Amino acid sequence: MKVGVVVFPGSNCDHDAYRAFKLVSGVEPIYLWHGSHDLENSDIVVLPGGFSYGDYLRAGAIARFSPIMKKVFDFAHNGGVVLGICNGFQILTESGLLPGALLRNNGLRFVCKEVILRVETDRPLITADIKPGTLLRMPVAHGEGGYFANHSDITRLETSGRILFRYVDSAGAVTSGANPNGSINGIAGIVNEDGNVFGMMPHPERASEAILGSSDGLALIKSLCLQVAGGAVAR
Amino acid sequence: MKVTANIRVFLKDGVLDPQGVTIGRALQDLGFGNVLQVSTGKMFKLELDAETEVEAKKIAGDAASKLLANPIIERFEVEVVR
Repeated sequence: MKVGVVVFPGSNCDHDAYRAFKLVSGVEPIYLWHGSHDLENSDIVVLPGGFSYGDYLRAGAIARFSPIMKKVFDFAHNGGVVLGICNGFQILTESGLLPGALLRNNGLRFVCKEVILRVETDRPLITADIKPGTLLRMPVAHGEGGYFANHSDITRLETSGRILFRYVDSAGAVTSGANPNGSINGIAGIVNEDGNVFGMMPHPERASEAILGSSDGLALIKSLCLQVAGGAVAR
Repeated sequence: MKVTANIRVFLKDGVLDPQGVTIGRALQDLGFGNVLQVSTGKMFKLELDAETEVEAKKIAGDAASKLLANPIIERFEVEVVR
């Protein structure tokens, strides 16, 4: 199984993602340069965190027009598995591969801290091996992470079980205090209708070893790799 | 002919504008009690080569729809000046 990590000018979690996927899959991922027109037969494409193109204009707005993204569109439209983390999530919403947008945090500051996520569903590939209700600890680090979508998109996401995670307190409850950025309904991650494009603001790749404070992120990467390697199709 | 198009981009009504709220509060603190609300946005000035002002407006509108504004959260206005 081959994992491709896209590198944009300004990506800064590409090495973390590379390392976490290597740890889980045992296979060296490959870096895919933003100017390339080739996904090099990747089975999973990761859009990592960072500040692609300096976050100029809007986070992710310029990156979505880079040459490699044309290939990522085709790949996603053909059922290929794409994971966007943080800036990668912003790129996916800007590109329309995921609904909604990420707004400037409501708390007026860049938020860099550990949060608690509640897994909402085990239907998608990325949470297939995790029981719903499980709490995962991992960091967030963003200035524009408030998930926003219009009312009908939110309703559609909620009723079709496409909310992957919500920000919760230590008791597992969605509260405004546990919400680091003003995301609607505490939404921290979503999946597209076809079940093959995943976006999340928190960083599972930065929670990949106990010495980093948490290794909870590995469960997500492991689930995704196992499912894809096992030939599971998006659902 | 050379035409200038000014594009103003604002957040749509109902989309939280924490910068605007904060700036509004600061203005209140400075004694600008008449300022009821502040909205922040962006302005882009495009120097265009276009046959007519109508064409310039169309080009600027297309640029705004495709890249400069995110239609999910933002609205824009185009003003063509000679």
